[in-house]
Amino acid sequence: MGDGAHSGALEELDTRPGRDTIVGALVRRGLIGLSVAFLAALLLAPLAVIFVAALQSGLRAYLHSFVDPDTQAAIRLTLLTAAVVVPVNTLFGLAAAWAIAKFEFRGKSLLITLIDLPIAVSPVISGMLFVLLFGMQGWFGAWLAANGISLVFAIPGIMIATLFVTFPYVARELIPLMQQLGNDEEEAAITLGAGGWMTFFRVTLPKIRWGLLYGVILCNARAMGEFGAVSVVSGHIRGLTNTMPLAIEALYNDYDFTGAFAVASLLTLLALLTLVLKSLVERTGYRRR
Amino acid sequence: MRAGQPTVLPGFGLTLGFTTFFLSAVVLLPLAALVLLAVSTPLHQLLDAVASPRALASYRLSFGGALLAACINLVFGFIIAWTLARYEFPGRRLMDAMIDMPFALPTAVSGIALTAVFSANGWLGHYLAEIGIHVAYTRLGVILAMTLIGMPFAVRTVQPALLEVQRDLEDAAETLGAGRWYVFRRVVVPAVLPALLTGFTLAFARALGEYGSVIFISGNLPMKTEITPLLIVIHLEEFDYRGAAVLGFVMLAASFVILLAINLLQAWGRDRMVRRGT
Repeated sequence: MGDGAHSGALEELDTRPGRDTIVGALVRRGLIGLSVAFLAALLLAPLAVIFVAALQSGLRAYLHSFVDPDTQAAIRLTLLTAAVVVPVNTLFGLAAAWAIAKFEFRGKSLLITLIDLPIAVSPVISGMLFVLLFGMQGWFGAWLAANGISLVFAIPGIMIATLFVTFPYVARELIPLMQQLGNDEEEAAITLGAGGWMTFFRVTLPKIRWGLLYGVILCNARAMGEFGAVSVVSGHIRGLTNTMPLAIEALYNDYDFTGAFAVASLLTLLALLTLVLKSLVERTGYRRR
Repeated sequence: MRAGQPTVLPGFGLTLGFTTFFLSAVVLLPLAALVLLAVSTPLHQLLDAVASPRALASYRLSFGGALLAACINLVFGFIIAWTLARYEFPGRRLMDAMIDMPFALPTAVSGIALTAVFSANGWLGHYLAEIGIHVAYTRLGVILAMTLIGMPFAVRTVQPALLEVQRDLEDAAETLGAGRWYVFRRVVVPAVLPALLTGFTLAFARALGEYGSVIFISGNLPMKTEITPLLIVIHLEEFDYRGAAVLGFVMLAASFVILLAINLLQAWGRDRMVRRGT
């Protein structure tokens, strides 16, 4: 949200004539009340219950749930997956945005639609795609088995499925931003003799850094939190192929609610951090211009 | 604007080549595998998988639930977007930032949290249980989870459109003697209609495919509270890849139709903006 324009509109609202009626005040109160009630029931209560349930048996029990080796393995796997997937998708997002925003070519809008495709696909289907490709009965299944490589129900499968699900996030942040910023400064740099890489690092990157940062943050949040797709390809081997969201499910199904909500509380903190960074990035001027 | 103009910028071949290659390897090839497997299924087997009673019951819940959730989001999404765009009150900024929460929160987390709140002994669930409404482990719970997951899409599409409504049109209408409700119906609603419908469709699409947050609260009873994505997972766990692929194909086809609808709605919205001269 452009906050500058926004507060302007609100100031104007205060001085608008004919708005100071009783009906106006009632409508206003009613709508604010409805919004708050809806969000409190659907967002705030679940958010609060996570921390309350995690700490229900005391701080000691909460901290103790992170001593569990399976939980620790899940945290490590989630960090490892994000560390592989996020840089790859960042690189892809930068390349896609450069090609789409800087050049005119046929089939561009089709390309944009295809990049957005993973968002429209159900996470379960995203995971299934890789089971169909790399599973025992899949296209490459026999070949992989003959060579002793297992992708599905193993860590590489988790990474590929996460790659698919988080594929569009950096690109779709950068494409509109770079289209809006135009090519003039880059063209000036090239005309004055700068190389392609130098132009990218010295001219383009500083301009898009906040948008890029936001795209990366969002991609990271989705990569660490993905459940459906990863669930299908992981095989749920505790201590080996369980990521944090899968560990939550396993603990929850074992009625270890403290453990489940403790792991959930970590992911919730990550989500809150993502939202805080997002507001900061937006306040720092991304989209203001 | 610049269409057709040659540019001096380098890197076209490299970036487009990398983009297309990566897109093909990660997205298009796997999707092709699914479509081929589903289409190559013998007709009677295909019909058995697509139209089995259990599959039909799951479509009813998945499509019907997503539709209801999208309707709830149409109403509340508009109310929340209106509140954020038009009123100043303490905590408005916080509320604005909170809207994206379901988008940032892992679905498994929102699933167990919603279940805890709305189960028969949960914070809100026990009040509802007293008046005979059971949310957790019923279809109502499925709809609730689907509503939560689609909410940011409904709000975030309508909010910018509301900020762009020409206030002088509203003023003019009021000066000419139009009542509050009349202005709302004849000025505000037509201006944000494309955004409202886009938000509705996005919320529907998201709810339709949702898995993580639904399976915890739904109880997963076959024929009753079993969504189609869960049925796909069950097929996969039984190594019935063909059955899973066929159901996946049905859902992909639905997503494709939805994507098309969104593109048409957005084109319609742009078209209207141009004709209104904004």
